[in-house]
Amino acid sequence: MNQNLPNSFRSGPDERGHFGIFGGRFVAETLMPLILDLEKAYADAKADPAFQAEMNVYLKDYVGRPSPLYFAERLTEHLGGAKIYLKREELNHTGSHKVNNVLGQIMVARRMGKKRIIAETGAGQHGVATATLCARFGLECVVYMGAVDVERQQPNVIRMEMLGAKVVPVQSGARTLKDAMNDALRDWVTNVHNTFYCIGTVAGPHPYPMMVRDFQSIIGHETRKQMQEAEGRLPDSLIACIGGGSNAMGLFHPFLDDPSVEIFGVEAAGHGLTQLHAASLAGGRPGVLHGNRTYLLMDADGQIEEAHSISAGLDYPGIGPEHAWLHETGRVKYLSATDEEALAAFQLLSRLEGIIPALESAHAIAKLSELAPQRPKDHLMVVNLSGRGDKDVPQVGDILKARQK
Amino acid sequence: MSTRIDARFAELKQQGRSAFVTFVMAGDPDAKTSLDILKALPKAGADVIEIGMPFTDPMADGPSIQAAGLRALKGGMTLRKTLAMVRDFRKDDNTTPIVLMGYYNPIYIYGVESFLADAKTAGVDGLIIVDLPPEEDTELCIPAMKAGLNFIRLATPTTDDKRLPAVLANTSGFVYYVSITGITGAATADSNAVAEAVARIKRHTKLPVCVGFGIRTPETARAIAENANGAVVGTAIVDVVRANLDAEGRATPKTVSAVADLVSALAQGVRGAKQAAE
Ligand SMILES: Cc1ncc(COP(=O)(O)O)c(C=O)c1O
Repeated sequence: MNQNLPNSFRSGPDERGHFGIFGGRFVAETLMPLILDLEKAYADAKADPAFQAEMNVYLKDYVGRPSPLYFAERLTEHLGGAKIYLKREELNHTGSHKVNNVLGQIMVARRMGKKRIIAETGAGQHGVATATLCARFGLECVVYMGAVDVERQQPNVIRMEMLGAKVVPVQSGARTLKDAMNDALRDWVTNVHNTFYCIGTVAGPHPYPMMVRDFQSIIGHETRKQMQEAEGRLPDSLIACIGGGSNAMGLFHPFLDDPSVEIFGVEAAGHGLTQLHAASLAGGRPGVLHGNRTYLLMDADGQIEEAHSISAGLDYPGIGPEHAWLHETGRVKYLSATDEEALAAFQLLSRLEGIIPALESAHAIAKLSELAPQRPKDHLMVVNLSGRGDKDVPQVGDILKARQK
Repeated sequence: MSTRIDARFAELKQQGRSAFVTFVMAGDPDAKTSLDILKALPKAGADVIEIGMPFTDPMADGPSIQAAGLRALKGGMTLRKTLAMVRDFRKDDNTTPIVLMGYYNPIYIYGVESFLADAKTAGVDGLIIVDLPPEEDTELCIPAMKAGLNFIRLATPTTDDKRLPAVLANTSGFVYYVSITGITGAATADSNAVAEAVARIKRHTKLPVCVGFGIRTPETARAIAENANGAVVGTAIVDVVRANLDAEGRATPKTVSAVADLVSALAQGVRGAKQAAE
């Protein structure tokens, strides 16, 4: 663990986009001028009260915020420990937290005069959010998606197409999220003059990890306020799943400087940490990919390895650089949940609370059965329910049916 | 510090001609064939050799070069073996400049200091690392200069006059002008636009300017070489490697000679050009 703990965990990144040794801007020269423009455009927007005011209107009336903080009474009784609250990001328009970030980036893109938006997507939730806001603002939208994910997330592919987006199935590599990101970067290098790249998580070159975190921090800010209203104090612990880590960063960030709040991120352990998985902190090392330095799954020669998770949205061999830093400073504890644990949690939440979670969010739910029973009954625990499971119903249905035979 | 690159460009200037720079992927399709190709390049007319260091996620490369990298990795290529290949090449050729081109992660994992020391000993002269802009110079560029290796930077159509000084600040050996906004092997370079861009860069630097991305034929190579100090061809060569593999992706008796034939034709194109104005 890092001995020189900072005064604040919330002040990063530095002006060059670094969180400790993580982050930075590792991109081709073609993209650098645009990334510097974006950094400036975002700084201008952030300082402009009119920008936030306009965002707030859409957040309320289009996205449907604030999302509720719901006391999960039956789940709490079942686990017999901490009082469990769910932050209901799955109730957002388009069904996940992704829309918070996309709204922000599309607003920035509009300020920059960009007419063409590209995105990469794993589970399709980020793609759907991007397609939705492009439809709303009349922008051209192209979404890169690994061919494997196009297969396993059909409902979202159909949604994106209905919304007018072009979905490009990516055939290179393992044909999942990492490869979709490579192809989106290639498109961006090619069409840099008119194209805005809307990144779906807290990764990529600076300023993306910071900008996406800022847009997602509304989750944590609302949680603070709502918990004050419900219980008159801060929560005692927070839990969220991690793909790139945007829903987690959004919940965590406003609480990082509150030492009384325990914070847990949950990576996807796939078939198990000694087999195929997507847990970059538990099973990876620091390296450089997709514009930033962070923990990555790779071999001894620095070649990137394929990730595996039952959940397409967590199936990425990296993690946002701020998480890498929070891991090394010890501020956040990173756990992992296997495919099997996520499947069990998916069913548990559906049965007990009448809420079908996204397989991604089910990874966070899965860790409750370890964490909650060990805590006293007055312990306030918040789980980020990052998305709803509609998109996963066919996939999980097939798995359960196969098991009944 | 003077490297084989500096010596080669001084020599070409005396001869009054531009350089022909070839790109091949280390270990494509296997280590032995790749070394044979390397050895054939100077004889076929290559003045400078760029060797691709294979990487799983080459985000600025098109399908041809990406596939070549994956073929090499499948054949067991590593960064360590790439350096060994340069060492083997140097046994018979101590003058042709060798530039390694690739992405940062394998070097970062190898360890920057040991990589630079091993590369220098192996006979590498310069590095082109696509995902290290001047903003990240402290990572590798500055240490490479200290180790006696040229760090060759890419300038692109999006690098305007305001940004050029930053791009050129720690560049040495030559400047690599990327003639298109896009990935390798995509569009064809427009020689007029390129001439203008090269003239613009030359207002900021005395270094030779070589142009790559989008050059496939002897005619384009010649048109580019009229206005630049060098023309770089990569995808077209890599495509010939692929076209001369058997159904299982293994080398055939024609692989090396087919590459040499294309390289000779391209070299003649470049040599047909009159030298760029200084
Ligand atoms: C519902 C849901 N949760 C979580 C994630 C993972 O992304 P992140 O870790 O950036 O929140 C995704 C990604 O697609 C998602 O759809």
